[in-house]
Amino acid sequence: MADPMRIRAQAAGDKTTVRVLMAHEMESGQRKDAAGKTVPAWHISEVSAAHNGKVVMTADWGPAVSKNPFLQFTVKGAKAGDKIAVTWKDNKGDSRTDEAVVT
Amino acid sequence: MTKHSRWALMTVAAGATLLIASHTLAQKTTADGIAEYRALLADGNPAELFEAKGEDVWKKQRGPKNASLMQCDLGKGPGVVKGAFVELPRYFADTQRVQDLESRLLTCMETLQGLNAAEIAGTPFGRGEQANLEGLVAWISSESRGLKFNLPQGHAAEKTMFEVGKRLFFTRGGTHDFACASCHNEDGKRIRLQDLPNLTKQPGAGNGFGAWPAYRVSSGELWSMQRRINDCYRQQRFPYPGYGSEATIALGVYMGVNSKGGESIAPALKR
Repeated sequence: MADPMRIRAQAAGDKTTVRVLMAHEMESGQRKDAAGKTVPAWHISEVSAAHNGKVVMTADWGPAVSKNPFLQFTVKGAKAGDKIAVTWKDNKGDSRTDEAVVT
Repeated sequence: MTKHSRWALMTVAAGATLLIASHTLAQKTTADGIAEYRALLADGNPAELFEAKGEDVWKKQRGPKNASLMQCDLGKGPGVVKGAFVELPRYFADTQRVQDLESRLLTCMETLQGLNAAEIAGTPFGRGEQANLEGLVAWISSESRGLKFNLPQGHAAEKTMFEVGKRLFFTRGGTHDFACASCHNEDGKRIRLQDLPNLTKQPGAGNGFGAWPAYRVSSGELWSMQRRINDCYRQQRFPYPGYGSEATIALGVYMGVNSKGGESIAPALKR
């Protein structure tokens, strides 16, 4: 199973800045191993963020995103105590959701 | 000399000054650019992911003895993690030798958990138990973030290791007649775009030694000090030193003692 994400959500005024670190190999599918065989692509393909259960952002990701990616975005209207959940799905069907409380 | 040619000469001279000025300006901008890039990334340093993993590994009951590492003595008493990193390597009475963080962890994994230390030392970086060690060093070093290096030098063995480390640091050899000192014994040196810290004194030693373990963006890996030294020797075209070997520990003592007073920022973020 995938390792947990690190999510920090900090409110300032009517905006909340969310910073997410995801643990993922993000294999591009372009590399070859020592035996010369292509290492199959394995990367996050969908990311979504929800504010108190309501989806506020979705993103389609490809093989160009780095290993252990970092994502930062702003949620308008999120206040301290609200919940921010982030979900990713990868091209092998694995997925992970983690939640953080806005501070 | 005609009035005209004198004017031309002056223009050339002025042009040369301008060129020099713009050259130094460009250099500064490059260094600034890298610093900016680091600052941008520092906010989301993926070393945090390793720290979280390491804390779990530390607390989890594992190995044939089904024990955690929570009774491991890193030099400040069993189970004390905070502040341990900035005082390593140091002498340990139970093993009767100077140990760095990683060799000490191997001792704990063997004595407390019943794992095979020699086997782990022989495992390539990043695989199996070595991957767990990456997490452990990330977490343990993060518990000393912001503290100042203060390696003990009271025991005779610690003093000997410092001298051995110093000797190794300046020993030239290999196909390129290289020593650690070839790159790290002068201020203001760099290799391509990387500034090379002068590891023989402060502040260089603290900046260099105090930044590892670190997450390397280019490879997406967390590198421990052992791996850093291993790669330094690879770049020098020396044979690879053994994991947790006396030579690597001695170098750690030498660099660590030189870092006295420097602030630990480990686990840092590297290109």
